[in-house]
This record gives sequence, C-alpha cells and structure tokens, in this order.
Amino acid sequence: MSYLAVEHLGLQFGGLTAIRGLSFTVEQGEVFAIIGPNGAGKTSVFNVITRVFEPSAGRVTLRDREITAIPRHRIAEAGIARTFQNIELFESATVIDNLLLGRHRFSHGNPLAQALRLPSACRAEDHSRGKVEEIIDLLDISPYRNSPVAGLPYGVRKVVEIARALATEPELLLLDEPASGLNPEETRDLAFWIDDIKNDLGITIVMVEHDMSLVAEVADRVLCMNMGGVLALGSPEEVRAHPDVVAAYLGV
Amino acid sequence: MRFPYNTSYRDAQKLLRYRADWLAYGLLAAVLIAAPWILPRYYVGEATYIFIMCVASLGLMVVTGFTGQISFGHAAFVAIGAYTHTLLLTAGVPFIVSIILAGVFTGLIGLLVGLPAIRVSGLHLAMVTMAFAIIVEQIVGRWKSVTGGFTGIPVPPPRIFGFDLGAQKPFYFLCLAVLLAVLAALVNLLRGHAGRAFVGVRDSEAAALSLGIWIAGYKVLAFSISAGITGIAGALFAHHVQFVTPEGFSLLLSLELVIMVMIGGLGSLRGAVFGAVFISLLPTAISAMKPFLPDRVAGQFGLETFVFGLVLALFILFEPMGLNGRWLKLKSLFSAFPLYRKDTFRRGKTYMKSERYR
Amino acid sequence: MESHVVQLVQLCLNGIAIGAIYALVALGLVLIYKATEIINFAHGDILMASAFVGWGLITIAGLPFWLAALVTMLLAAALSYVLEARVLRVIVGQPQFAGAMLTLALAFMLRGAVSMAFGPTSRTFPTPWTGQTTHLGPLVIADLNLVILVAALVITALLFFFLRRTSVGISVQAASQNQLAAYLCGIPVKRLNSMVWAMAGAMAAVGGLLLAPIALVDIGLWYVVLKALAALVLGGFGSIPGAIVGGLLIGIVEQLAGVYLPDGFKDVMAYLVLIGVLVLWPRGILGEAHGRRV
Repeated sequence: MSYLAVEHLGLQFGGLTAIRGLSFTVEQGEVFAIIGPNGAGKTSVFNVITRVFEPSAGRVTLRDREITAIPRHRIAEAGIARTFQNIELFESATVIDNLLLGRHRFSHGNPLAQALRLPSACRAEDHSRGKVEEIIDLLDISPYRNSPVAGLPYGVRKVVEIARALATEPELLLLDEPASGLNPEETRDLAFWIDDIKNDLGITIVMVEHDMSLVAEVADRVLCMNMGGVLALGSPEEVRAHPDVVAAYLGV
Repeated sequence: MRFPYNTSYRDAQKLLRYRADWLAYGLLAAVLIAAPWILPRYYVGEATYIFIMCVASLGLMVVTGFTGQISFGHAAFVAIGAYTHTLLLTAGVPFIVSIILAGVFTGLIGLLVGLPAIRVSGLHLAMVTMAFAIIVEQIVGRWKSVTGGFTGIPVPPPRIFGFDLGAQKPFYFLCLAVLLAVLAALVNLLRGHAGRAFVGVRDSEAAALSLGIWIAGYKVLAFSISAGITGIAGALFAHHVQFVTPEGFSLLLSLELVIMVMIGGLGSLRGAVFGAVFISLLPTAISAMKPFLPDRVAGQFGLETFVFGLVLALFILFEPMGLNGRWLKLKSLFSAFPLYRKDTFRRGKTYMKSERYR
Repeated sequence: MESHVVQLVQLCLNGIAIGAIYALVALGLVLIYKATEIINFAHGDILMASAFVGWGLITIAGLPFWLAALVTMLLAAALSYVLEARVLRVIVGQPQFAGAMLTLALAFMLRGAVSMAFGPTSRTFPTPWTGQTTHLGPLVIADLNLVILVAALVITALLFFFLRRTSVGISVQAASQNQLAAYLCGIPVKRLNSMVWAMAGAMAAVGGLLLAPIALVDIGLWYVVLKALAALVLGGFGSIPGAIVGGLLIGIVEQLAGVYLPDGFKDVMAYLVLIGVLVLWPRGILGEAHGRRV
C-alpha cells in the first residue's frame, strides 16, 4: 500500500468546486511537489489533509489509516505537520515559545501539576527544551531564540514556521509555498534544509511551490494541478515538458 | 545592561534570577508585612480590598489577556463565588472547604459560560458574557428564598481552626495569602505548557489547530480557571463587605475589572496587579482631590465615572500596552541608560485591518 | 374581536413602537460598525445626553419642540464628528477590542459629564403629541408611538437612499469593504468616517428625543444601547435591514414577555435572546457568513 493516498477527493464550497476527483499517492521518504496555476486547488489539498476543510467526496489515508475520520486537533498526533502560505506564527510569543508550542502534543503533565510545578512537569519542560534546541541548531536560528516573532525579518519567520512544524516530530511535513518571499540565497538554504529533513530526519515532505528551480532541485516527483484535478504527474523533467502543463502555464 | 548567561535549561526558567530581583521583591514583601502596623486603619481596609480586586483581575487576565477572549461579565462570577461561599458558611461548612468549593463551583459555571466561546469570539463573546452577567444580577435580586433578594444576607466571619480572622489585620493577611497563592499558581501555569497553549489560541487558531492544540478545550479551560479564581475573589469580597447584596455585583463591577486588565496591560500577570491597584485606588485619590476642586464639580455625583472614563481613554490612546508596558519601557530605559533611543517603542503608521472575517 | 386577541395586537403595536427606537439605535451602531468597524458603546450615552440637551432647550431655553430637536441633532452630530476625527482616529489599526474599550471610556466620560451637569434627578419634557391617542377600532395607539414609527421609517428610507443611490453613500460602502483600497482610489476615507459618525450621532439624538417622553429623561437611558446590541445580533451583525428587523422583534418580544411570562422576564428577555442567538445561530436573521482563509 502507498504511504499517503488521496483517493477521488472532491471539495466544494457552495457552487464552487475547488477539487474534483483528485487521486495521487506519495511514497514514504520522498519529496513530493504540487505545482499549478493560482486557484488550482493546491492549498485546498493541504487544508483537506490537515482537516481544515471537510471533503465532499473521496478520502485520504496515511499508512492505511483514514485521516478524514480524525478530529482536527489530532492531526498533529497522527504525525502530520504543516506550514502556511501566509505565515501563521504566534506573533507575540518568542521564537523559543513558538517552537515549544510545536511540542504541545507531547504531555507536559496535567494543569494542576504545572500550576504546582511538580518535578514531573519540570522534567517534561526540560526535555521539550532540549528537543527544541536540536531543531534550532539544525535550522540555524539560534540568534533569534529569544526574540518575539513579530519583529523578525520575513525569511526568518518562514524558517521559524518550518522549525515549529518540525518540533511536532512529524513523519509527514506539508510545506505551503516555503520559498515565496525568500531571496535567492534564502531559497538555496531552504533547498539544503529540505534535503536534510528528508535524509537525516527521514520525514516525507509534500510541498506546494511555484519556484520551479527549487522544485527541480529537491522534488522526487511532481504533481501539476489545474482546475482542481491532475494535469500531469511524474519526475520534475517530465512534468515540465508535458504539453498540457506548458499549455496551462502559457495559457495557449 | 544584563545578558542572560544560562548553563542549564532550568536557569532560563528561574523567576528571580538576579540579586537585584531578590532585593526588590524582598523589600516589597517587608513593606506588605509591616503595612498593617504602619498604615492608618482606613488604608489597611483599602489595601485588603485591593488584594481582593487583584485576585479578581488576575482571574479575568487569564481569559482576556492570555486566550484573548473578552468577558464583560466577570462580576457574575464574583457574585456566584460570594453567594456560594456565604451560603456554605451559613450552612456550617468550614472556611477552607467553603472557599475552595466556592471556587470550584464558580469554575463549573464558568465552564458552562465558556461553552459559547467555542462558537463566538471577540466582541460577540463580550456581549454574551455581558448578557449573562445582567441575567445573573436579576436572578440574584429575585431569588429571595436563597439570596435574600435586594435586602441581602449577612456573611459569617471567616474562621480557620477556631481562629477568627474577621478582624482587620488577620483578614489583611488572609487576603494577601490567597493573592500570593493564586499568583504563584498562575505564574507557573502560564509560563509552562498550558500558558503557551493559551497564547497560541489567542494568536493564531489555524496554527494552534495544526499543532494539535484542542482550541475548544483550551478556551473552555481558560474560562473555567478564570471563573474559579474570580469566584475565590468573590468569596473574600463577601467577607470584606460582610453583607452581600446584588448591588455589589452590577455591570459596573464587570467593566471595572475589564478596565483593570486593560490599563494594567493585556497578557501579563504583573499588569493585572498593577491595574487592580491603580483602579482600586482611583476613588480614594478622587475623594482626596475633592477639596482642591471647585465646589460645583467636587460635589457632583458623576465625577468618579468621568475620571474613570478619562483615565481609560488616555491609556488606550497613549499607552495601549498599559501600566505593564510603561514599566517595561522604564526598565529598558534604565538598563540601557545612555544608549536609549527615543523611538524604540514608537508605533508605525497603521490602517484599519478588518477583523470581520476572523 | 375577542379581548385577548385585542390585547395581543395592542401589545405588538406597543412593542413595535419601542422596537422602532431600538431599531433606530441599532441602525446607528451598524452604520458606525460598517464604516469604522467599531462597536460604539458610547452611542447610548450620546442618545442620553441628547435627551438632556433637548430637555434643557425646551424647558429652560423655551425653544419650540421642532427647533429644539433640530439643534439637538446638530449638536449630537457635531459631537460625534469630533469624537471620530479627534479621538477614535488615533487608534486606527489597533485591535477591535481597543476601539470598543475607547468608546466605553467615552461613554463613561459622557455619562459622568451629564450627571455632573444635570444631577441625578429624572425629568420630562412636553412634545406636540404628549397625551394624545388615536383609536383604531378597539385598539388605542398613543400618537407618540405613531410618530416614533414614522420617524424610524423615514430615517431608514433616507439611509437606504443615501447608501444605494448617492455617490457619497457608495463611497462609504466602498470604504467599509476595504479602507486602504478605497483610500488609494481617492475616496476621502477620513472625512467619510467622521461624516458617518455624525449621521449616527444625529440618529441617536432622534432616538433620545423620542425615547425620553416614554421613559423619562434619565441617566439610565444609555441602557438602550444594550437592547440595540441584542437587536443587532438577532438581526445579523453588520446588516442594515437586520438591525431594523431585530429591533422590532426585540421590542415585541419584550412587551409579550412582560405580560405572558413571570415577573422579571421582561427586563432580561433581550439578553436571553442575545445569548440564544449568538450561541445557536451566530449569523442571525440576515447576517453575513463568517469564515477565514488560511
């Protein structure tokens, strides 16, 4: 069986169809990119997988477990983490608190134990802090550790969001336009990190991205969507050369 | 300027890290302990009232400052706490059990009131809570067989293990002890896992959900904790007034509490305490000023209301971060002294961002 | 007609009259909310202050009712204009909560100022219709109630015409959808916002002058803003027709509760409706859908 399987997925808002009959599979350990023109339904796919939207048809399974039956706040426990197209960080909190929030799904003791600061709660806190420091090292954001997120440059905020997603210790990471708004140098760093996340941490990555050079560099397979359905699927070179893709992008 | 130098993760969690902190808080503790013997009688009572209001505003701060849910109805929780405690004491329940039960019961009511918070947010929630408070006020006034209606009921004096704490000095220390206990519990709760989750719910629901934070649960939890603490404040308040009547828990008290957390600075416990002290002292300050005002103004009924409004307006316009914000700015001014830049905290130009679709 | 049917119709008519005032107040609130996204808690106090000013103009200065009404409306409009232009504009861009709290602060100041200027006693002033009634079959309608209804209808119609047919009104609508874009299109957003506040202020003055003869000139008149909020929520927040429907319904429900439900329900009926609607049916009767994209 496939690792992540999207089967005959449909999504409608009133009369508007965002996704129609979409099917694809992602294998464990690969970097899978979704491209397509604006309004093709790419982010909607993420929103269905992370249970923001209820699909009107079809299903999504991760390791044969039906995701569409999991409540929204248990998605992180299922091992799925994501970033957002328009950064959704906790603006007033510091970088370290944002990352510690990423570890929310791991128990830190009940509220009473926290209020009394029992040793068990302290140990859990220390453990989380240690894990978060590992991620800070990996993504090289230690200079910003104690700064509030609101004042950080855009590129750093993007990285902090990825770091926060990693803090949930996911097995599947969904990146929604990770390179948008980054300069070429930051994009190159991002490519290395994506490789690291895939090879060193063994995390499967699905990403929505417009930057074709980044996609060509890191993606193992590419899905091109249009009008909520599959336009082309294959290696980056195949998809880029596919006549329908060329037509959709150039509007021929 | 100090640079944090941590050698273990525990270092970063310490509350009093520097000798200066120990000194400052030690001094504060000494003043608070000595106060009942130094201050005139009237001001000891006043200080006790301030401690009670601090507990209530800390309660409101949890829900408004940390999870960002606005409640215009916390007077209802003060009332529920006060009446529950009074009725339990009258029925012969010991003080400590009674005040805990009052807190727990109010917390449960808070749980029920918090349920709408799952569906409505922002000012809509403010309206729900306000409506709730108005209804509670009416119920308390009309349910004569239990609450005594508008004539009210007397409150038995607080007794712990046979000691009567109703006299002024013991009651002062009782309120101070409760305040410190509540403060300590909240400091621990809010700098840890639950506190971060509250802030997460406030700052971005979408992100909070994706991280596995059960938003509905945390919103209700915050409401419940907040109501419970406010209920404890209500129990102390009952002893303070010694005779509970519905008039003590009007919409005005709800709004006063909101003004406390607003003026204190949303999102900080220190702010809640600052705000409660400031607002509780304001009427005293106004009456102290009255001899210097022209008779035409001083003798009037609405002066206090006017000054309350004026102070709130000035804070919102010129110091939206509240007293706590001012405190932090002063601190950074002193710690960076010669290098302080005037514009460090200047706000940028802004335009209206719609919150209609949140 | 049977007597209980007559009573029911009579109650509904009274409810519609008081509901028309709620609707008028709600209309002012919704106008301000749409333009500047602020829930104006001071609206009720502007209404209350207008009632006091109207009383002063009629009984102390001895002006005829119509002239006094006109002057009061102008004063209320001027006050609201200044409040928007000089006070509320300072905090544009801050969270909604800050705006609401600021209007609450202004409400306290107004309430305190009126209380200092006029003292705590209630008063009353004569209108051209005081004490007159019209008989309609078995029904008795106070002329004042008819005037209230007509005034509410006229103001609603004018407002509709203004927002839908005049270019200024359409600019107001544009600015309420996207302030920055409207500003970049050359719409004088600041001036429009102040103007909308002034209009709402004048409407509050009308509400005050019509409510005072029924409910006395009293500091407690500001409470009507809470009823109007309930009306807004019931009608659907941010909808102009909703404000009117909600206001009338709240008025009727209150009157019926006063007779058919146990003692005490009349006072809290509006708030029960408010809680019920927000919890079970947050969109209200004519509200817009909510939702946010990620």
